[in-house]
Amino acid sequence: MNAILQKRSLCDLCGTCVAVCPTDAIKLSEIELTIDDERCTMCLNCVHVCPVKALEVVHAEAI
Amino acid sequence: MRKQYNVVVVGAGPAGSTAARYAAASGASVLLLEKDRDIGIPVRCAEGISRKGLLASVNEIDRRWIANETKGVTFHAPNGNQVELDTETGYILDRKIFDFDLAQLAASEGASILTKAYVHDVIKKDSQAVGVKVNHLDENYDVYADIVIGADGVESRVGTWAGLNTRCKLSDMETCVQVTANNVDVNTDHIHLYFSNNRAPRGYLWAFPKKDGLANVGLGISGEMAKEKSPVDYLHDFLAADFPNASQLTTVAGGVPCDKTLDQIVGDGLMLVGDAAHQANPITGGGISSGMYAGMLAGQVAGKAIKDKNVSSKRLAEYNQLWHKKEGRNHKICYNLKNYVYTLSDQELDGIAEKALKSDKEKRTLLMLFRMALVKKPSLIMQALKVFS
Repeated sequence: MNAILQKRSLCDLCGTCVAVCPTDAIKLSEIELTIDDERCTMCLNCVHVCPVKALEVVHAEAI
Repeated sequence: MRKQYNVVVVGAGPAGSTAARYAAASGASVLLLEKDRDIGIPVRCAEGISRKGLLASVNEIDRRWIANETKGVTFHAPNGNQVELDTETGYILDRKIFDFDLAQLAASEGASILTKAYVHDVIKKDSQAVGVKVNHLDENYDVYADIVIGADGVESRVGTWAGLNTRCKLSDMETCVQVTANNVDVNTDHIHLYFSNNRAPRGYLWAFPKKDGLANVGLGISGEMAKEKSPVDYLHDFLAADFPNASQLTTVAGGVPCDKTLDQIVGDGLMLVGDAAHQANPITGGGISSGMYAGMLAGQVAGKAIKDKNVSSKRLAEYNQLWHKKEGRNHKICYNLKNYVYTLSDQELDGIAEKALKSDKEKRTLLMLFRMALVKKPSLIMQALKVFS
């Protein structure tokens, strides 16, 4: 199982990933991004669109 | 916190503040909510606007808003050729001051403003938006309103929560990074746009000069193209090649939906404005003036609808109609133009620039450049005529 993780030090909280998520799996608060694993289909739109490479795919075992 | 307003606006960018201002001016009680601590910060924008576009929704231009005045555009072809073009007066804004003042204009009309107010849901009664759930200073509140206006930018959760489809296709999302840098040596009378499939595929690079060598230097590329290489890496290469002496003062990232306007920008008790409604110009990505224009229309219609005691989507559709009369219609055309222009190879772009350079500089117009670019697509020339003549 893979999951997508936010690299906090890189993330600019710009919200671009939220707008391209087809399943509304991403939530952006004032301070962080959270991705709902249940909703996420691993389409990777968010990973690709991120302007600053702040999202990465990780193996669930590594979390 | 007061629990009931005529209008609650979510997001105090230019579109939200303008909507709040015009709604308040028409007599509505208005609450404007901003999630960040400060209005106008961070600036996720290249800050360019035309004078005409700005004057569509403000009566007077305050000099403090203007970092630099421009009189033209320089298009940089892939091979480095530069095509200069005179345009109507443009401004590079100082959005920190500008956004703050727009919120103040709303406050002057009577709107209440709260910063650090994070909206986390829309309250609905059947299909109608009747308020928002907001967290302010660690307390949760339900604030009710006749009309909720979502001006919450590219991520637009308000529209989604209210049941509208606000998603943007990956290919239509321009993913952008920008630095504000010093020692950027460009002609400050012009904005500078650089086209190249190698350096900014399905997008462009820009340098918008402020003053004393300061400029916003950045790029946007289609989300689809960012799979191969990230915008930050493209920007790194751009700075190294074109502005090796630039020292970076700030970096910002963000996305611009370069799309046609969303099919639905109103619902029962709900309106969307600005990036939240995909109202940036799809070919330039410019969204300040169009967002403010939409904010003005939405604020005015909201005011009238509240007086009529009818906030149904049918009543609020007047805003949608007014928007599509000119801007929305133009954006449809610009979207088609964008999709064609992005198919041009570097060789074709170089060819267009060479042809343009043979023309008299004083006689060059944007329409003329489009005619050259669209030579194989006469149907698009007809469309371009509607926008640029």
